[in-house]
Amino acid sequence: MSGLLLLEQSLNGLQFGLMLFLLAAGLTLVFGIMDMINLAHGSLYMVGAFLAAWFVQLTGSFVAGVLLAIPAAAVFGMVLETTLLRSLYARDHLSQVLATFALILIINEGVRMVWGSDLPLSAPAALSGPVELLPGLYYPAYRLLIIGVGLALALLLYLLVTQTRMGALVRAGASNREMAMAMGVDIRRLFTAVFGIGAALCAVAGAMLGPLLAVQVGMGEGILILAFVVIVIGGIGSIRGALVGSLLVGFVDTAGRTVLPHLFREFLPPQFASAAGPAVASIAVYLLMAVVLFVRPQGLFPARG
Amino acid sequence: MRPAVLRTLTAAAVTATALSAGAALAADKVKVGFVSTLSGPSAALGVDIRDAFMLAVKLNGGKLGGLPAEVIIGDDQFKPDVGKQLFEKNIKRDRVDFMTGVVFSNIMLAAVPEAFDSKTFYISPNAAPSPLAGKECNPYFFAVSWPNDAYHEAAGQNATNKGFKKVYLIAPNYQAGKDSLAGFKRYFKGQVAGEVYTKLGQLDYSAELAEVRAAKPDAVYTFLPGGMGINFIKQFVGAGLSKDMSLLQPGFGADQDIIRPVGDAMLGTFDTAHWALDLPNAANKKFVAEFEKEYKRLPSVYASQGYDAAQLIDSAVREVKGKIEDKDAVRRALKAAKFQSVRGDFKFNTNQYPIQNYYLRVVGKDAQGRLVNKTLGEPIFRNHGDAYVQDCGMK
Repeated sequence: MSGLLLLEQSLNGLQFGLMLFLLAAGLTLVFGIMDMINLAHGSLYMVGAFLAAWFVQLTGSFVAGVLLAIPAAAVFGMVLETTLLRSLYARDHLSQVLATFALILIINEGVRMVWGSDLPLSAPAALSGPVELLPGLYYPAYRLLIIGVGLALALLLYLLVTQTRMGALVRAGASNREMAMAMGVDIRRLFTAVFGIGAALCAVAGAMLGPLLAVQVGMGEGILILAFVVIVIGGIGSIRGALVGSLLVGFVDTAGRTVLPHLFREFLPPQFASAAGPAVASIAVYLLMAVVLFVRPQGLFPARG
Repeated sequence: MRPAVLRTLTAAAVTATALSAGAALAADKVKVGFVSTLSGPSAALGVDIRDAFMLAVKLNGGKLGGLPAEVIIGDDQFKPDVGKQLFEKNIKRDRVDFMTGVVFSNIMLAAVPEAFDSKTFYISPNAAPSPLAGKECNPYFFAVSWPNDAYHEAAGQNATNKGFKKVYLIAPNYQAGKDSLAGFKRYFKGQVAGEVYTKLGQLDYSAELAEVRAAKPDAVYTFLPGGMGINFIKQFVGAGLSKDMSLLQPGFGADQDIIRPVGDAMLGTFDTAHWALDLPNAANKKFVAEFEKEYKRLPSVYASQGYDAAQLIDSAVREVKGKIEDKDAVRRALKAAKFQSVRGDFKFNTNQYPIQNYYLRVVGKDAQGRLVNKTLGEPIFRNHGDAYVQDCGMK
C-alpha cells in the first residue's frame, strides 16, 4: 500500500467518522443526560434528509435547502420530545425501546405518506468533481466539504459544551442527573434544548450524506446501529467519547474494507481470502466494540467517573 | 384417451357445443402474483418490470391468453423474508396460477421454493441464478430474461476484443455478484487487477474507489444494479477516475434507470445486453413506442423483460386454450415460447433458460438529444446459452 492510498483512505475514514459523530453526539447526550434509549434517533436523521431534499427542491439552492432543513428538523425533534418522549423518561429501558421502536415505524410510514419512499438530492454541480490535494492525490470536492462541515461542528459543539452555561448544565446533567436537579437546574427545558440540538445535528448529517447515499425511507436504521456502537465505545454521555468513538469506527470500517482483504490475500489461499475478506470487513466494527467492552466496559471516556 | 379423441371430434363437428364445453373446462381468469422491489434505492428496477408487465396486459385488453387477467402486486422492500411472505400469501391465499416479478437473485432464491412446492410456475423477469440453471434446475422455473452470467460473459468477451490488459472487478457479495464476475472471467483473457466483493446495498464506495485508483487498471467492470450503480458511477466520476480508465458495464448498469440520475457522465459507456431500444424488430418498435406513450419515459432492459414475461404467460395460456390446471400442457406451452419477443428470436434451453444473442451497446444521444443506448456492430455472442445446462437433469 502506497502512502497516497493510505492518505486517501484516511480521509475516507475521517469523512465517515465525522458524519457518524453528528449522529452519535445527539444520541449520547440523550442517553447520558436523560437516561433514555431513543431508537428513533435515526428517524430524525431521515426526517432531516427528507426536509433538506424537499427544501432544495423548493428553493433551487443546495445551501438554502440545507440551512432551512436544520431548524425545521430541530423543531420536529423538540415537538417530539415535548409531546411524546417526555412521558417515557420515568419508564424503564424496555418500555423506551418498545415505544421508540414503534416511533421508527410510524415516522417511516409518515414520511412515505408525505414525500413518498424517496426524494432526489444531488450535490451542487460545482462540487461534483475532484480536487488535487497533493500531486497525484485527487479527492472528491464534496467529501472535502463534508469533512470541513464535520470538523467545524465538532469544534462548535466542543466550545458549546466546555465554554457556555448551557454546556455546564449539560455536563452536570450527564455526570449526575439527580444532583443537577437538586441544584435547581430546569431539567425539562434543558432536555428539550438538548433534543433540539441532537435533531439539528442529525439533519446536518442527513443533508450532507443524502447526495452521497440516498434519501429514502429506512435510511436511518442502518446508521443508528453504528451510532450506538460509537457511544458504547466512546462512553455514554461523553461528547469527547462520541468524537473518538466515531473516528475509530470510521477508520476501522474503512480499513476493514481495504486493508483486511489485502492482508488476507497475503496470508491465505485466494478462494478463502475472497470469501473471508468481505465477511470480516462487515464485522470489523463490532469486533472493535467487543474488544473495547472487554478492556473498558464503561467505554473510553465515560461521563460518569 | 379415447373419450378425449371423441370429444375433440365432436367439438370439431359441432362448434357451438364445443365452445361451451371448452369454456366449462378452462379457467375463467388468470391470476398472477407479482412480487418485486418497488421501494428504496433499487425501486426503479421493479417499477420498470411492473409497468411493462401491466402495459402488456393493458395492450391485450386486460387479458392474458384470452382470459381476464388479475395481477396481484406486492413490494418485497428489497428484503428476502418479505419476498418469501408475499410468495406464500399469493400462492396459499390468493391461489395464483403464475408467479413473477422479482428483481434480485437473493430474494428470488429465498422465495421461489414456495412456488416449486405448490407446483406454481415462476416466470422470472430478471433473476436467473446459476444454481437453478444447473443441478437445481426445476420444471416450474422459466427465465425469460438471461442467465445471470450471460451479460458478464459478453462483457468479458468485449474487454478481450477491445484489448484491455488489466481490469478491476467489483460486485456485491451475493449469488448474482459471484455469478457475474465468474462469467466475466470466463471470457476475459487479460489480467484481473483486483476483485472486490462489497456489501449488497452498499451506497458509499469511497474506500473501494481509492483502491481502484491505486491499482491503476485500464478499465473497471462493475456489477452494481440500481441505486448501488447510480452511486458508484457518480462517485467514480466525482473522484476523477473517469479520466484515467474506462468504465465497462453490464447492460443494466448503463440503462435508463441509471442514465437518468447520472446524466452526461454516462456518455460513451460501453455495455452488453440481450436487448436495446433500437433493435429493429416489429414487436420491439411497438413496445418502445407504447411504453413511452404510457409512462412518458424510455423503457429499460428490465422493462423489456417484464413485457416479455407477460407475453410468455399470454402465449402459454392461449396455447392451452385457458386450461391452466393442466400443468404439463402449460409447461410445454411455456417452453415453446410462441410469441414475438422484443429481443428478437430466442428459445428455451433444456434447463428453461434462454438461448439468445447478446449485443454491444454504447451510451450516446438520440435525435432528441436524450441519452440512450445504441447497439454497435454485430452481436458479441449469437445463440448463446449458459455454462451450467449440462448439470441439469431435465430433458
